[in-house]
Amino acid sequence: MGKTIAEKIFAAHLKDQPSPENMVLNLDVVMCHEITTPIAIMDLVEKGMDQVFDPTKIKAVIDHVTPAKDSKTAMQGKIMRDWAKRHNIKDFFDIGENGVCHALFPEKGFVRPGYTVIMGDSHTCTHGAFGAFAAGVGTTDLEVGIYKGVCSFRAPKTMKIVLEGSLAQGVTAKDVILAIIKKITVNGATDKIIEFVGPVVDKMTMAARMTLCNMAVEAGGTCGICLPDRVTAEYLWPFIQGEFATIDDAVSEYTKWHSDPDAAYEQVITIDVSSLTPQVTHGFKPDQVKDVTELAGSPIDQVYIGSCTNGRIEDLRDAASILKGKKLAPGVRGIVTPATPLIYSQALEEGIIKIFMDAGFCVLNPTCGACLGMSSGVLAEGEVCASTTNRNFNGRMGKGGMVHLMSPFSAAAAAVAGTIVDPRPYLNK
Amino acid sequence: MQPFTQINGLVIPLNRPNVDTDAIIPKQYLKSIHRTGFGENLFDDWRYVDPGEPYMDHTKRRINPDFVLNQERYSNGEILLAQENYGCGSSREHAVWAMVNFGIRVVIAPSFADIFYGNTLNNGLLAITLPPEIIDQLFAEVEAAPGYRLQVDLTEKTITTPTGREIKFVIEEYRRHRLLNGLDDIGMTLLHAAEIRAYEATRRCQAPWLFDAR
Repeated sequence: MGKTIAEKIFAAHLKDQPSPENMVLNLDVVMCHEITTPIAIMDLVEKGMDQVFDPTKIKAVIDHVTPAKDSKTAMQGKIMRDWAKRHNIKDFFDIGENGVCHALFPEKGFVRPGYTVIMGDSHTCTHGAFGAFAAGVGTTDLEVGIYKGVCSFRAPKTMKIVLEGSLAQGVTAKDVILAIIKKITVNGATDKIIEFVGPVVDKMTMAARMTLCNMAVEAGGTCGICLPDRVTAEYLWPFIQGEFATIDDAVSEYTKWHSDPDAAYEQVITIDVSSLTPQVTHGFKPDQVKDVTELAGSPIDQVYIGSCTNGRIEDLRDAASILKGKKLAPGVRGIVTPATPLIYSQALEEGIIKIFMDAGFCVLNPTCGACLGMSSGVLAEGEVCASTTNRNFNGRMGKGGMVHLMSPFSAAAAAVAGTIVDPRPYLNK
Repeated sequence: MQPFTQINGLVIPLNRPNVDTDAIIPKQYLKSIHRTGFGENLFDDWRYVDPGEPYMDHTKRRINPDFVLNQERYSNGEILLAQENYGCGSSREHAVWAMVNFGIRVVIAPSFADIFYGNTLNNGLLAITLPPEIIDQLFAEVEAAPGYRLQVDLTEKTITTPTGREIKFVIEEYRRHRLLNGLDDIGMTLLHAAEIRAYEATRRCQAPWLFDAR
């Protein structure tokens, strides 16, 4: 019997198997941010165990509330900063260099095919786009990861989603993942890894694959995962050129992680995306998804473009292509937060920031901010936001607020229209 | 971490599916740097009518009398009966801390989200999955009978209703062992106190990775 990519990664990292169901894996990267890590740090200090297993394998960032908004969030940042200094953690990103973790760490080349990654953050599944096993964990598991470089997981079970056909213009990876979650439900992939394959994934950029994997957890998935290929190797080339003579060599090496043809899956779902239209959520669950046309005309108060789902340069380009020369509809607030400083400066160079500003958007520094309702664009009770983020839970962006998840095209079109609207007539062809 | 063997506890019915961790403990309480003090903000948005902030005196806030946690018949409940996909969303372990701080010892549901389920184990909160039809029956019984209690026995892997009906539940042996002995991941990793050296010696053979010198 062959193995899936996840089974291969688990086998290559197996440290111990205390029971048939539990596998303790060696970790290649332990990622840390200022919401869930300080409690782990405080705990280790209190126990007299203030150590890190390998400072080069720890990647840390202040991203959720930055710059700090009050003394409590300032203290969370300070604990991270002092800890990084104390343990000589070189890859620590503070004000000026910080960005949304799941956008920042990939662009630094920290995640490679076949890696194991944990973070005290549910959207860690994003990094599966690189052919890695990357999972969100709680603070206690994170603490063990920091201290010992291991984490316990249940033996992997995989759901394979085969994406066939080709995407129509104005339809993106965000629409695909929303359609998938609608189909399999918020509970559909619980305890499973979602392996995304097929010609549609093969053609996707790394940014699109990250969007796809980012929302695996919204279907309950432990991790989303894509098979590493030439697209992966080309993205990583600046970081791996010392390891491989050519990109071809890297591609061929990475092929070893590919799932075997006779690998066993819990479930295989094939979806033809050719007739897919832009998707948008309604209600308070990520599987409450409709075609955008069904919700057209629903009024909005705010548009939010950013986050680990859709705050990358490709996303800002999509939104700007619609916003160019246009204005926010009267009464609608627009917020854009490029996910990292690199994305921000690229957007500046490409004139995208100017397009947003001319349209009347507020341009924020890179931060998770309003996506989780902690700062920088929280909604008032009764307000509605068209958002490129990943969660529409009740009160997610502010108590009593409502979030409609959608693609950057759809959010930009909504900004101009003042209501949810089909973005396709707004595309500049 | 407190070991779990058995309890006889009052049941609180939370009859809604997909309860997410944002609802269990809202974001404004994530600014804490400690594992304790979340109990009074468990289900904050549902429990209180007015918006809450960490600096408030929560005893002075307006409560929502319709929410189960505010109903006299469920006060001091220790067993939360919930619906499918409980604990979905954010990885925040604060959700489990809030439940444990509040006094919940057992949560029973048809299914749990993956990360939440892992977090319960690290905090001695027993998460039991039962088939949906049994869960629905338990909801009917709890709602019909004030003072409804369940006897939960982890040693025997049984739940006993007030009428003496016994329901068997399944739990991985590894989880059961850790809960019975009060071992979270850190406990598993950092066993070093003198009084448990004997145990450590055994574990050294069973799980050598725990004791690697790096």
